[in-house]
Amino acid sequence: MAITTRPQVYQGSNIPSPIPTVLQVPPALRDSEDVLQVNFGPNHPSTHGVLRLVVDLSGERVVGLRAVIGYLHTGFEKNMEQKSWWKAITYPERIDYVSFQNNELVFVLAIEKLLGIEVPPKATWMRTLLCELNRLHSHLIFLGTSALELGAISMFWYCFRERDQILDLSELVTGMRMHTRYFQAGGLAEDVPPGFAAECRKFVDWMPKAIDEYEAILSRNEIWLERTRGIGLLSAEDAIALGQSGPVLRASGVEWDLRRARPYLAYPALDFDVPVYPNGDVYDRYRVRIDEMRQSVRIVEQCLEGMPEGPWTADDRKVVLPPRHELHTSMESLIHHFKIVTEGYRVPEGEVYVTVESPRGELGCYVVSDGGPKPWRVKFRAPSFVALEATATCMTNALVADLIAIVGSLDSVMGEVDR
Amino acid sequence: MTFEGVPGLVERRDAYGETTLVVDPARLLEACTYLRNEEGFNFLSDITPTDYLGWGEQGIAGYYGTTSGRDLDALGAQGLARSPEPKPARFAVNYHLLALGPSASVVRVQVWVDDGQSVESVVSVWPTADWHEREAYDLMGIRFDGHPNLSRIIMEDDWEGHPLRKDYPLGGEPVRFSGAE
Repeated sequence: MAITTRPQVYQGSNIPSPIPTVLQVPPALRDSEDVLQVNFGPNHPSTHGVLRLVVDLSGERVVGLRAVIGYLHTGFEKNMEQKSWWKAITYPERIDYVSFQNNELVFVLAIEKLLGIEVPPKATWMRTLLCELNRLHSHLIFLGTSALELGAISMFWYCFRERDQILDLSELVTGMRMHTRYFQAGGLAEDVPPGFAAECRKFVDWMPKAIDEYEAILSRNEIWLERTRGIGLLSAEDAIALGQSGPVLRASGVEWDLRRARPYLAYPALDFDVPVYPNGDVYDRYRVRIDEMRQSVRIVEQCLEGMPEGPWTADDRKVVLPPRHELHTSMESLIHHFKIVTEGYRVPEGEVYVTVESPRGELGCYVVSDGGPKPWRVKFRAPSFVALEATATCMTNALVADLIAIVGSLDSVMGEVDR
Repeated sequence: MTFEGVPGLVERRDAYGETTLVVDPARLLEACTYLRNEEGFNFLSDITPTDYLGWGEQGIAGYYGTTSGRDLDALGAQGLARSPEPKPARFAVNYHLLALGPSASVVRVQVWVDDGQSVESVVSVWPTADWHEREAYDLMGIRFDGHPNLSRIIMEDDWEGHPLRKDYPLGGEPVRFSGAE
């Protein structure tokens, strides 16, 4: 895993100085009275949440830009400190409500790292499968909404058609369409239901055809190409310096995927490609996500074939709830159940930082435990938050009409930005 | 990697397969520059401040002896199984670094500061630190020297207090009305 190509998207660095995230109006222009300050929002141009952009325009050209965030701040991290570990699992999925499964995963992996608990292979493979379905779900929302903003309304309906199939699968497995709370320390909350494999197979057979349809609508569409190519440029060096990850980084020519570089779950056993494109523009970010959707379908297919039999959760009564039927016959199981539900399990003292490749990039979770039943500190490294830091760099010399395409291509979910 | 050449290194700890480098706050910028240029940590993942106010004060449950003697009244469900390691200062600021390249190694740089003490800004080393440091200032009240734009980012500009601190009240937020005194 290395940086394979180093494209020369532009000479030098486009990161504004002295503040890397604020594009400041050049002093000569500021005094000329031709600069118009426009307030975008507080409303996300891609309707993924609430974002405010303060934009300085000189004619059609963006000469100054400042992103103002915080409108969706709900204090998730503070709230999680008041909940026992296993009750706090419901919070991360609401942070990024589009890639909920990956958010849930990273927190559960962090708890498991502190507990040192071993997860049965079936649970690991099922987690991989659901995370890839969730990646498809997230990219479908990106594709539908970002095409909608540029006027291609039909894309929205097509993408949400397939998104609904994914949510149906989610409902079949977990009983919930979104925010499933299906992963928990030790494995899964329930066994994989009978009939899931057949339903998922139908979806896997259908999805590549659907992706062909999306590409038929957009990939060689003249309007789409004009609106996305050569816009929102970000070079590989600037992307790394600005902490970009995921599709944004790979569209700038950096071959970096945490599923490969720092493997977790069942990814070492799976065969998939990491799509990389060199131009660092809005079109390449679209291409990376389209190719990733094809790879996710491949991974889901392999997970269906390779799914091992066996238990779906660890047999550790201090952490995992006992089976329901035992509560009627075993006093000990009843005590364990009561202790976990009321007090929660205790997690050994320590601090860990766990990362996964979410649909938006490096999603990290830092947790500190004092040895008690509640987390001392939880912090999420939100890829959306970091992606928005690149707006000023991407908007250098851009036209106001491209603003929405560029912000949309960074694929920020505001819930995750503000937490 | 041994990390022996890191400027201002106080202590190296290994736990849960992760390496933590505790660095003297006065030499943080030097240490970060060294880690980026010499050890290849070109990618700053995250900056996380943690407040350790009241750490370990929950006490030990049951009959176990504590430093202050036995506490037979402590409820079994409320106390800890054993006292956690004491911390050197109130706040820890953690920098999670990643070497984006073939080694794919990660390391955590940690500095310890007390309330009111400031930390050097690393925006000049990794531009991505800009918003991370603003968030740390906003929610935890850690000041960063040399930051080009240290203002609140999540909360409103005129917000009082730093919500992620352990002594920030959990409820009873004053509701502000327009026109009210």
